[in-house]
Amino acid sequence: MTMHKQTTGGATGRWGLGKLKLLAASMVLAATANAAAPPTEEVNTTGLAVTDDTVNVGILHSVTGTMAISEEGSVQAEILAIEQINEMGGVLGRKIEYIQEDGASDWPTFADRSRKLLRQDNVAAVFGCWTSASRKAVLPIFEQYNGMLYYPTFYEGLEQSPNVIYTGQEATQQILAGLNWVKEEKGAETFYLLGSDYIWPRTSNKIARKHIEDVLGLKVVGEDYFPLGHTQFNSAINRIRLKKPDVIYAIIVGGSNVAFYKQLEAAGIDMTDGDTTLLTISVTEDEILGIGGRNIEGAYAAMKYFQSLDNPNNEAFVKAFKERWGEDSVIGDVTQAAYLGPWLWKAAVEKAGSFDVDKVREASPGIELTTAPEGYVRIHENHHLWSKTRVGRAMANGQYDVVFETEELMEPDPFPEGYQ
Amino acid sequence: MFSDYTATELGSIFAMQGFAGLILFAVFLLMALGLAIIFGQMGVINMAHGEFMILGAYMTYLTSNLFAEYLPGLFDAYFFVAIVVAFLASAALGAFVEWAMIRRLYHRPLDTLLATWGLSLLMQQSYRSIFGAREVGVRIPDWMAGSFPVTDIVELPINGLIVMLIAIGVTFCVYLLMFKSSWGRRVRAVVQNRPMAGAVGINTAKVDRMTFALGCGIAGIAGSAFTMIGSTGPSAGQQYIVDTFLVVVFGGAASLLGTVASAFSISQAQSTMEFFLGGSMAKVLTLMTVVIILMFRPQGLFTLKVRK
Repeated sequence: MTMHKQTTGGATGRWGLGKLKLLAASMVLAATANAAAPPTEEVNTTGLAVTDDTVNVGILHSVTGTMAISEEGSVQAEILAIEQINEMGGVLGRKIEYIQEDGASDWPTFADRSRKLLRQDNVAAVFGCWTSASRKAVLPIFEQYNGMLYYPTFYEGLEQSPNVIYTGQEATQQILAGLNWVKEEKGAETFYLLGSDYIWPRTSNKIARKHIEDVLGLKVVGEDYFPLGHTQFNSAINRIRLKKPDVIYAIIVGGSNVAFYKQLEAAGIDMTDGDTTLLTISVTEDEILGIGGRNIEGAYAAMKYFQSLDNPNNEAFVKAFKERWGEDSVIGDVTQAAYLGPWLWKAAVEKAGSFDVDKVREASPGIELTTAPEGYVRIHENHHLWSKTRVGRAMANGQYDVVFETEELMEPDPFPEGYQ
Repeated sequence: MFSDYTATELGSIFAMQGFAGLILFAVFLLMALGLAIIFGQMGVINMAHGEFMILGAYMTYLTSNLFAEYLPGLFDAYFFVAIVVAFLASAALGAFVEWAMIRRLYHRPLDTLLATWGLSLLMQQSYRSIFGAREVGVRIPDWMAGSFPVTDIVELPINGLIVMLIAIGVTFCVYLLMFKSSWGRRVRAVVQNRPMAGAVGINTAKVDRMTFALGCGIAGIAGSAFTMIGSTGPSAGQQYIVDTFLVVVFGGAASLLGTVASAFSISQAQSTMEFFLGGSMAKVLTLMTVVIILMFRPQGLFTLKVRK
């Protein structure tokens, strides 16, 4: 990963001596590719920013403000994917150039920047957004100007737009398999649901409760929500102690997460001895950095990706990511999902033989990636991904030990019947 | 709702719940003391209070790294050094901010509000640039982690005990400073009548600077203590700011006793309601109660009688 080309926005590339050779090589490569590349007027009939050798895309995440902490990894993954694609010759013989905009953790800013990317820059696709609130803010704009958004975060579902490809899991993909696993593997019978007080944890816990009570026939003994940014969990922990649930099902986010696990550990609730199982869908390796491995050791997380996944795709991905962004980087579930975005777009463009958004959309369902770090993924008719669910056990070093994975791909079901 | 439990279990839970309330009290008190001094004595609404706390937290993080690197043998004791470093760093920055910004705005309270809010954004982005956008994990010495078992069910979190000790210590020191030292007398004189205080030879500008620095320094200590129970990130200060203002306004500005009483009543109400009703509902009810009480008593629980 030494060669990358960026002319607009983003980080500036530094050209070392050794890279000149690569530059020359890539120019030859580009020239050959160009010879074979279809003419621009054929692949771009709607006025997108496509030239004979470049195509512009947008990256729209928060790099300032509260959400920068979470979105940083997604930006890095998307840039890495774009650079790797360029190294392989680009898309339809054209190099990808990205224009990076900052959503600044502010939803109206997201809307404003997305309008700029679509109207002024005429980008062929946008990789971006993180919170549901930011996605909801840009959605009308993408639908109005017919843009294409690749959205990386696992989220609550209940949405399906022709202008969005959801590369993260919707709620049922994250929840059901994890609950099944904890019933079978841990013999769990009683559950205590916790969450931060906003749409994602509430919707997810609603689905979890339905599944626990109606499908598994088990019992929910308590359900509790905390304002975002809540930092004092001692009373909540006492409640949990009183109810003695087999499983604490926690969907707490942000800084609250750190406070919750630190206080849980300090309160003497031991997650390593097997009496209490903690299952979460909101803590990736990224969050453990802040929580501290020791405070969360023994907890389980249901995700589709863990950095420790043992397969050749992932090995190459982790290696490339660390070479590009530093040896200390950690890669969480969403970061991997963000990495899929540019690759899925490339595959769809090539299948369609065109950058036109309508044709890319039409070509998208059925697109598969065999090179995904998480294994194999395929785009469903409903614009979400078929993917496996995995359960990992948090270790003191901040990584997860993968203890379970579903045999089959889980079907995305953004409007789950019987769970509403 | 208690019928499912035995009497001993209930007893233990109430004991632990009482203790949880006391920890929350200590946390509120630590958060609010610095702000109460600044707001109460100077009338400055410091919106960057949370960021001064986080400066303390980052100082603790740096100190722990330094100790782990150069003095691993003394790692167990680094926390005491960290508290001092946190206090000094925040106080120094506070003194600088007072000199550069606040003193020009003393007669424009709304402008201070805006200016300190801008300062908070500035500080957040600086943390992000220096320490990275991600939260940092502060390593806590082993003896400070875990819990102290009293009976089979009752376990007291050690970090909670330490926060309580720090809160008590800081409150006591502030009390001594304010009411038993000549410096405190000067501060109180300036609050009561600035022109007269100046006329009898008190350097009011210097008193202002030291008061602001002291308030910020205490915020730094609070931030340092909170690395044990909360997160350390560029915008973590925002988590504390609302509760902090709540405690100070409810207690009545300019009253140390008011701050203590207000922190105590809010923490007990919050922690009890949280146990019965859950986190979000408890917060709503606490805020509502405070609003209603403030409607009848806009000056807060305790006030200083000053001849205007």
